[in-house]
Amino acid sequence: MKKEWPLWEVFIRGQHGLNHRHVGSLHAPDAEMAVKNARDVYTRRNEGVSIWVVESKHITASSPSDKGPLFDPSNSKVYRHPTFFDIPDDVGHM
Amino acid sequence: MYAQMVKSTGKGVKTLEEMSPQERAFQERIDRGDKIEPKEWMPDAYRKTLIRQIGQHAHSEIVGQLPEGNWITRAPTLERKAILLAKVQDEAGHGLYLYCAAETLGVSRDELIEKLHSGQMKYSSIFNYPTLNWADIGAVGWLVDGAAIMNQVPLQRTSYGPYSRAMIRICKEESFHQRQGYDIMMKMAFGTPEQKEMAQDALNRFWYPSLMMFGPSDKDSVHSAQSMAWKIKINTNDELRQKFVDQTVPQAGYLGLSIPDDTLTWNEEKGGYDFAEPDWSEFYKVLKGNGPCNKERLGARVKAWDDGAWFRDGLMAHAEKKAAAKVAAE
Repeated sequence: MKKEWPLWEVFIRGQHGLNHRHVGSLHAPDAEMAVKNARDVYTRRNEGVSIWVVESKHITASSPSDKGPLFDPSNSKVYRHPTFFDIPDDVGHM
Repeated sequence: MYAQMVKSTGKGVKTLEEMSPQERAFQERIDRGDKIEPKEWMPDAYRKTLIRQIGQHAHSEIVGQLPEGNWITRAPTLERKAILLAKVQDEAGHGLYLYCAAETLGVSRDELIEKLHSGQMKYSSIFNYPTLNWADIGAVGWLVDGAAIMNQVPLQRTSYGPYSRAMIRICKEESFHQRQGYDIMMKMAFGTPEQKEMAQDALNRFWYPSLMMFGPSDKDSVHSAQSMAWKIKINTNDELRQKFVDQTVPQAGYLGLSIPDDTLTWNEEKGGYDFAEPDWSEFYKVLKGNGPCNKERLGARVKAWDDGAWFRDGLMAHAEKKAAAKVAAE
């Protein structure tokens, strides 16, 4: 029998309460081992307080060729940023 | 470098006019400083060259554990032992980051490992030299990791996203390695006359093999020109070697050790040292498999892989059985 262990994507939440963030991938036979391996491979310097793993084949990604249609429309909507609006200094902090 | 003499297409760099529209758009993205990501279109040769380069780099990290692992059980103090263990563990981690980066290009981990074991893929020539005593562990950290850092720092800006991210992670961890080596060298060089002699002997033996790590001059190489156009190589081998010598000579001076090169002189005009080239015939001999430890290193890798097969298979079988039982219960 010869079978490569499946590939897992690893997400770590750092010390400061931010979102889990993708840090890389690794091979492991199952989820439990993937968490153990992720601890050894990705948190040797106290980088995290929580680990998520998900088998790579379960991730659906947007296609690179869709980059334009997906993300360009937001370019023209500058009014979504607060700096778009001029508020007179007299109004005070807003 | 952990990757030496990586070959690209060998056809030389095409001008933008000679490229197909797709190739041109790709090259223009690289020239702009865009990162190329795994699912995006890339020329076949870019993909192949990167697999070779990242794969060789990964293999070097893994095989690089062996010369140092040799001294874990014989480290002079418990603290030194714990530190060396941590360093060797880091090397394993670095190998894993890089294998993952290579896998995003469509090659499997097992394929890469099989190619290493069959001799189709190489690892850095430096790891075919023996570590004869504790001072060698100092010299390896100081010189070998020092030379590796020279190459890896610019590679953080490489065009391929996963490779760049792996290099950023590695560089963060690597400077601990060089410092621990220099720390050992300080202890030895400022110790008893015998210890100092061991430190000098280690420097003597590791100096030229370290210079070889950068590979022979590639200022006229078509492979290098192509890799530089693709930004998977940032500096020429000679540039990096010069930087390494200029950085290392004063560090040896602080230790009171002498570089084993009678021709070494400061060249005011170029603002760097003139130094002797290593013996390149030795380099080619080691690369071909005839260095002092080639057989031992590869033998140890193959043995570890084969001896672990039942364990890898056992864990997989267990995982499959558990998954099947879970499905049955639902």
